[in-house]
Amino acid sequence: MSSDNIILEVKNLKKYYPVIKGFLKREVAYVKAVDGVDLFIKEGETLGLVGESGCGKTTLGRAVLQLVKPTAGEILFRYKKDNGSDDQQEVVNVTNATREELRKLRRYMQIVFQDPFSSLDPRMTIGTIVEEPLVIHKIGNKSEREDRVRQLLISVGLSPDHVGRYPHEFSGGQRQRIGIARSLALGPKLIIADEPVSALDVSIQAQILNLLDDLQSEFGLTYLFIAHNLSVIKYVSDRVAVMYLGKIVELAKTDELFANLKHPYSEALMSAIPVPNPDYQMDRILLEGDVPSPVNPPSGCSFHPRCRYAEEVCKTKVPLLRNLNNEHYVACHLAESLNLRCV
Amino acid sequence: MASLIEVKGLKTYFYTYRGVVHAVDGADFSIESEKALCVVGESGCGKSVTALSIMGLIEKPGKLESGEILYHRNGSVTDLSKLDPEGEVYRSIRGREISMIFQEPMISLNPVYTIGNQIMEAIILHQKVGKKEARMRALAMLKAVGVSLPSQRIDEYPHQLSGGMRQRAMIAMAISCNPKLLIADEPTTALDVTVEAQVLSLIRDLRKEFKMALMLITHDLGVVANMADEVIIMYLGKIVEKSNVKNIFHNTKHPYTQGLMNSIPSLTTTKKDRLIPIAGNVPDPLIALSGCCFESRCPQKTAICKGEIPPLKQVAPGHQVACWLYN
Repeated sequence: MSSDNIILEVKNLKKYYPVIKGFLKREVAYVKAVDGVDLFIKEGETLGLVGESGCGKTTLGRAVLQLVKPTAGEILFRYKKDNGSDDQQEVVNVTNATREELRKLRRYMQIVFQDPFSSLDPRMTIGTIVEEPLVIHKIGNKSEREDRVRQLLISVGLSPDHVGRYPHEFSGGQRQRIGIARSLALGPKLIIADEPVSALDVSIQAQILNLLDDLQSEFGLTYLFIAHNLSVIKYVSDRVAVMYLGKIVELAKTDELFANLKHPYSEALMSAIPVPNPDYQMDRILLEGDVPSPVNPPSGCSFHPRCRYAEEVCKTKVPLLRNLNNEHYVACHLAESLNLRCV
Repeated sequence: MASLIEVKGLKTYFYTYRGVVHAVDGADFSIESEKALCVVGESGCGKSVTALSIMGLIEKPGKLESGEILYHRNGSVTDLSKLDPEGEVYRSIRGREISMIFQEPMISLNPVYTIGNQIMEAIILHQKVGKKEARMRALAMLKAVGVSLPSQRIDEYPHQLSGGMRQRAMIAMAISCNPKLLIADEPTTALDVTVEAQVLSLIRDLRKEFKMALMLITHDLGVVANMADEVIIMYLGKIVEKSNVKNIFHNTKHPYTQGLMNSIPSLTTTKKDRLIPIAGNVPDPLIALSGCCFESRCPQKTAICKGEIPPLKQVAPGHQVACWLYN
């Protein structure tokens, strides 16, 4: 595969949060929120990132935007500059970028947050909220910006007459649309959608999922779509990455992953989903216990204490993410020999 | 099977300074003993208020406006809606014969007492036993709900437990007096999928073991398919469809229920099948409607829908729908 259509490449990314104790504020341990993640996203695709709470998926998304500073690793972002006629591609290592460079970069990478109630300033009108990125980046004059805001509101399915209203006048789904309009304001290439529908009611979820889909084809967006709901992930993604305790345990094309599960954790995650069909009888694989603490993850494969296939080797040796075939990556010692249940 | 709870014409209104919210507006249903009833709807549809009305936990500015909540026990019938919510009789029922678990276990557990203390409180209050005996029972309950190392956990505080363990502790507390009815208000919404599966299978097992009826409030149709015998679908304070679980999924009648079914992605939908969302938003509950509550968002509406409220009508044995399409 040629590397020129890869928009984002993450190499061995780590984010450790120190645990500080005592009068001297010594660092006694580290929460390994993201612990050595490698992945890439191709232009125009949706990479779904799925995992349970505390697995590091949000930290990974924020680290890509440098909203949290990674402990180690590289994040390479390739983009074409909007100004200038030559199609010169720029490659930036986001982790080394200065504040000024980062601010320019954020034109091209944006985020949509989970909670539409806390991510909008209650004292700003939605016109000001959506216009703010344009003001910061000094784009257009006042009337051009106002036109742009109206256009944006229309493209996310809101009425342009709403510019003067405040966030509390809108419902959850509408607020999420405002958040999306704000992230689109600068014409980004990459959008990190961090659980954009999990705070919404089911009938509204579908509206937002369809909207994100439409915007992707309209503006040629690339999504890193973070969610804990596997059904949603399956619906939106071209490729899916499954995370567990700060590591990616399985990554493949969506159809391939769901038809051909290779990691025992993915299998358990899949079988835990309640299926909306009363005739569907399946003996579920119930995982024992909870997700272990990322402060002190288990030795070897971090999933081994909950894994029903675990063998001796799993307790001692950390499995690496390896390419099985056809870009189906899995981090499990036993991947070849296991015969896992699929959907 | 005999009815355990019969709710007739229940209306619970909230008198806010902006106007009257008809949170529950004429609900009729019954819960059979040892059966599971699922109440489905989006936020604001009145499903939690229905549960709180049965528990007698409606606080100001809310008011049980009218209707009956008939509770059948040992051959006699008590109308819970006529009882004083703080009176002796209600307090002997609440927590003992009808108990409830809530969505967010961290908020509903008291952070300054150990979970053992909190479970024992319910046992001592309702079963008139001593502290030692209560501790024994609390330990047994924790074991029954699958808490690991119960003898150690019993002296721990809520913040020391994980979300799944807290919800198990809540369940232990709720079933410690062997209730006839367990009301579970979105018990797994705050939990991860793998833990959700554990808790749901626990509730299912306990229901059989303790011969409890279950009223499960949820918005997740997957959970409904797994847990329910009977289902009611609520929208804006009204029951729009009521049937057994098979009919709800295979013989869906009400346009709102159909909309819900079409708008959820399942593991069998792929990117090519587009989701069909329900258009628009839930209308403002302060505005009184003269017609069907779903009229503003319904794709199949006709002239009559705006003018008259459709009654809940039987379309097949045990299957009722409130929609003019079937009248």
